[in-house]
Amino acid sequence: MTSIHIIVFLPLLAALIAGLGQRFIGAVAAKTITTAGLFTACLLSWPIFISFLTGDEKAYVQPVMTWVQSGALSFNWELRVDALTAVMLVVITTVSALVHLYSWGYMEEDPDQPRFFAYLSLFTFAMLMLVTANNLVQMFFGWEGVGLASYLLIGFWYKKPSANAAAIKAFVVNRVGDLGFMLGIFGVFWLFGTVSIPDILAAAPDKVGSSIGFLGYRVDTMSLLCVLLFIGAMGKSAQLGLHTWLPDAMEGPTPVSALIHAATMVTAGVFMVCRLSPLFETSQFALDVVTIVGATTAIFAATVGLVQTDIKRVIAYSTCSQLGYMFFAAGTGAYGAAMFHLFTHAFFKALLFLGAGSVIHAMHHEQDMRYYGGLRKHIPLTFWAMMAGTLAITGVGIVGVGGFAGFYSKDAIIEAAFASSSTYHMYGFAIGVVAALLTSFYSWRLMFLTFFGKPRWAGSEHIQHAVHDDHHHGDDHAHHGGHADHGDGTAGYHPHESPLPMLIPLAVLTLGAVFAGFLFHGAFIEAETGKEFWANSTLYFNEHLMHAMHEVPLWVKLSSTVAMLVGLSVAYLMYQRSEDAPQKLATMFAPLYRFFLNKWYFDELYNLIFVRPAFWFGRLFWQQGDIGIIDRFGPNGSAAVVSFTSRMAVRLQSGYLYTYALVMLLGLVAAVSWMMVKA
Amino acid sequence: MNAAALPIISIMLAIPMVAAIACLFVRAETARVLALGATLLNLLLGAWLWVSYDPAGAQWQFVESLQLFGPIGWKLGIDGISLTLIMLSVFLMPICIGASWHAIDKRVGEYMAAFLLMETLMIGVFAAQDLLLFYIFFEAGLIPMYLIIGIWGGAERIYASYKFFLYTLLGSVVMLIAMLWMIQTAGTADIPTLLNTDFPVEAQKWLWLAFFASFAVKMPMWPVHTWLPDAHVQAPTAGSVILAGVLLKMGGYGFLRFSLPMFPEASADFIPLVFGLSMVAVVYTSLVALVQSDMKKLIAYSSVAHMAIVTVGLFTFNQQGIEGAIIVMLSHGLVSGALFLCVGVIYDRLHTREISRYGGLSINMPKYALLFMLFTMASVGLPGTSGFVGEFLSLAGAYKVSTWATLIATTGIILGAGYMLYLYLRIAFGEQKNADAAAMSDIDGREMWLLAPIAAAVLWMGVYPESFLAPIRRDVATIVERIERAAPAGDSKLKANDPTTAKYRVGGHGEEKNKAEGSHH
Repeated sequence: MTSIHIIVFLPLLAALIAGLGQRFIGAVAAKTITTAGLFTACLLSWPIFISFLTGDEKAYVQPVMTWVQSGALSFNWELRVDALTAVMLVVITTVSALVHLYSWGYMEEDPDQPRFFAYLSLFTFAMLMLVTANNLVQMFFGWEGVGLASYLLIGFWYKKPSANAAAIKAFVVNRVGDLGFMLGIFGVFWLFGTVSIPDILAAAPDKVGSSIGFLGYRVDTMSLLCVLLFIGAMGKSAQLGLHTWLPDAMEGPTPVSALIHAATMVTAGVFMVCRLSPLFETSQFALDVVTIVGATTAIFAATVGLVQTDIKRVIAYSTCSQLGYMFFAAGTGAYGAAMFHLFTHAFFKALLFLGAGSVIHAMHHEQDMRYYGGLRKHIPLTFWAMMAGTLAITGVGIVGVGGFAGFYSKDAIIEAAFASSSTYHMYGFAIGVVAALLTSFYSWRLMFLTFFGKPRWAGSEHIQHAVHDDHHHGDDHAHHGGHADHGDGTAGYHPHESPLPMLIPLAVLTLGAVFAGFLFHGAFIEAETGKEFWANSTLYFNEHLMHAMHEVPLWVKLSSTVAMLVGLSVAYLMYQRSEDAPQKLATMFAPLYRFFLNKWYFDELYNLIFVRPAFWFGRLFWQQGDIGIIDRFGPNGSAAVVSFTSRMAVRLQSGYLYTYALVMLLGLVAAVSWMMVKA
Repeated sequence: MNAAALPIISIMLAIPMVAAIACLFVRAETARVLALGATLLNLLLGAWLWVSYDPAGAQWQFVESLQLFGPIGWKLGIDGISLTLIMLSVFLMPICIGASWHAIDKRVGEYMAAFLLMETLMIGVFAAQDLLLFYIFFEAGLIPMYLIIGIWGGAERIYASYKFFLYTLLGSVVMLIAMLWMIQTAGTADIPTLLNTDFPVEAQKWLWLAFFASFAVKMPMWPVHTWLPDAHVQAPTAGSVILAGVLLKMGGYGFLRFSLPMFPEASADFIPLVFGLSMVAVVYTSLVALVQSDMKKLIAYSSVAHMAIVTVGLFTFNQQGIEGAIIVMLSHGLVSGALFLCVGVIYDRLHTREISRYGGLSINMPKYALLFMLFTMASVGLPGTSGFVGEFLSLAGAYKVSTWATLIATTGIILGAGYMLYLYLRIAFGEQKNADAAAMSDIDGREMWLLAPIAAAVLWMGVYPESFLAPIRRDVATIVERIERAAPAGDSKLKANDPTTAKYRVGGHGEEKNKAEGSHH
């Protein structure tokens, strides 16, 4: 029993106790056990990370138990710990512990809290199994385990039809990606004779130059396998085409969005590509696919994020877009930068989500930013936390001096894309800069709409309900039949700052959003120190690229800062100076606005070509196929058969059953004996 | 290993048989207790069988031989494959008796007798070492099932039982003729001997098709599957459990015991047929399952889709595929049995199978919702449950033979998630829109005793399948070795240094990027 065993299995144990034993131990105990379990795991994880940072620790694998041995195919339960795992360990356990704590406040009024905490801990266990996997199948176990937890948590409020629909959608869309992942594992096994990750990575270079059959075609072996595996990554990390589940996943409680749909699970795809980076390095085609998909997702999601009005959906599209950054960083060979952005993003995006949760909590479950405004003075601590998150995501900083977390990681990605010699690196670079502008715009738009200007709360039904309930015994008449107007847009509502369990996580994550980039950029992306750090992992660290990244022209280094400033200015002009500018623009570019607002019509398209035909074919096969053809020409076919039926029916009813059965059995035996004797 | 001293398999066949006869003459309460006692005793004997079976020992263990009248010999014996399927049967039987405890209140003695007779016949099928003895067990198994559906079934039971009977009997007539020909040609009905008999390649084809006619119906494979939904819908809960749990496994067992090792060349020739039908079945029946409004029909159709994975796995001609297929059979036996029990639990309370009459059961039946979720996830093939191990191994094996078949069959993981989660949503989630469904009580102690052991087995098989893989490993290897000479080449052959795909390679860019290929210094 080493500390890695405790880190991984303590959350599982806590989940089982809280989930199955809630009736006996009560809600408070269930919450305490899960939260304490996660804080313990977190405290044990940081020393592992630090010992890899200082170079004291080398990669190792801890066996747990046999899993499957089938011929040459064998894979066991094992825990792999290396620098890459260590990074993920601290991300997962830190954010998860803070989210557990935060939920004490956020979920306080929910009657079903033990179940919620059990799911959170179960998720953490699955995620830890994913990042400690030493073979592809255990990775797949974690992959599906987090999918299950995500499904359960998105649908946590299972009375809501929209939450249930979103949960199923998340699971099924992810399974489309899993189809690719599974085929990838099969292909890897038959090619290398193993599913052990280090063995595959070691053997991969030998297969460069070979071709393999697939669906009747002859294709480049390594390209095929990498692309199949990458399809799995696309599903989990919500990349273009398989992204449709992520915005809907916001139906889940906000702490879930912060933990699963921002900091950890959705980054599993990026982690997979980095874990298998030596494999991806054997195929330029696969790297090009990763670059193009990542960059296109970055710009797609950013455009949709521009026009959303639901605060959580803005952040969800922002996540989708940032994941795109991570992927094209990997595609251009800058895996260290991809992992660095994953790391910083986990802190500032969890911060933004939890901050949004605090706003939603204060605004009585109103999520529409059109009904926010002027909240800065009412919930100042939340405001400053969100400000730190926004400064981090938009990458505020001064070249050569320093800045917030996103400044280090995002600039590294953009500069590496420019410096790379990969086929589509300039596509990545151009999109990286444009998307940075859009990121800045939608992030500041969120801040301006929420915290600045005048309150617009009176239009919100949630706020009206809240006020109405408060004043229930008072001036009933004033509130009757609609929106009371106190003249200041507040409807007489007073938002309150969130309780301490919610503010502490915000404070800790604020520290992360401010300092994570400054503190850790050496280990993640600097050519010399990075090489030492990543040497203890499977991540392929391209130190030439990291050197070249520093040699890029000054305009490249400044480009993202300029983009950030432009985005900020436009947002300021539109949402602070002239209040009707957004309206005018929306009218002026109506088709484009509708296109973005409707998320490029992906949901409509998928409904049309997948969901509805599935049901239509289902009915066709059942009514026309089974009943109309097979039964009609089969068992119901001839008149003789029909009369046989009725005769049988009569016998059954008249109680000749046993006679019949006995006759049949004896007849059978007799027939056989007779034929044998004759033979 | 005192197999010679104690004819344990004969005892396991005799116990339920004797109890069955006794049940006919006692009162209802006594019959229930008697049946439960007999099946539990058989479960204990089964456990003893499992423990004392030596995976490294002789291929056939606990062998008994006694020449009966004429050409039929009382020859019994098991290998690891038989062992696991017998374990499945004796494990599910007490659960079936328990599931019928209150649900069956007319002609209880006869009902219990039918089930006990069924147990004898099921064990007989998996233990028979004589071709004709096998045939008798195999076909006689129809009779008790036919009675269970026809007497204790639902409103349409007559049509359903007739359809069930007609389908399965027609297939078996052809098989009987083939068997007689084989016995005549080989001069013996001894299965171990026949397993090493090489029939002429031309004759193999006809023999294979004759066996296929029977096994394909039993599986059931598309398009001879339409008896299954009707039979399930009309059967009482325990009837569905045993039908899905064990009877459907006889087709797969038949393919494995006879078709593959006795007719290797023909089996290889018919791979396109088997894979083709299986591919259709996965997509077709999954989509049909999606639009069902009757719970039992939905699960019945999902069974057809799952059994298609078994047929794909069996005809891969490799260790992974065949071991996977066996694990799918065991897993499906547990999981679909449990799902039918879950249906039975709420059917007993509300007396309807209409999905739309339920809803929001998580609120008033939390324990039920949890167990139902576990079995739903196992059916979907979530890793960590039994469903995953079998599905993964079968499909992994299939990849070597045909990437097309693997791609299509693997879409089952998407479609399966679709129809199962949609079912779960309509039953357990949402508002409590039906007052009578909202008033139902959570599962009681008896129901917990039925479901919890299956839940434990499902997780055990998912996390540590070695317990189930170890006994079958050597026997599967024997089959693979036997059929190797006919094994298909597959469509994913590797070709080294193929210039046609050179442009996709990193090496083609002239830049040294590969860590393992060179140094950067």
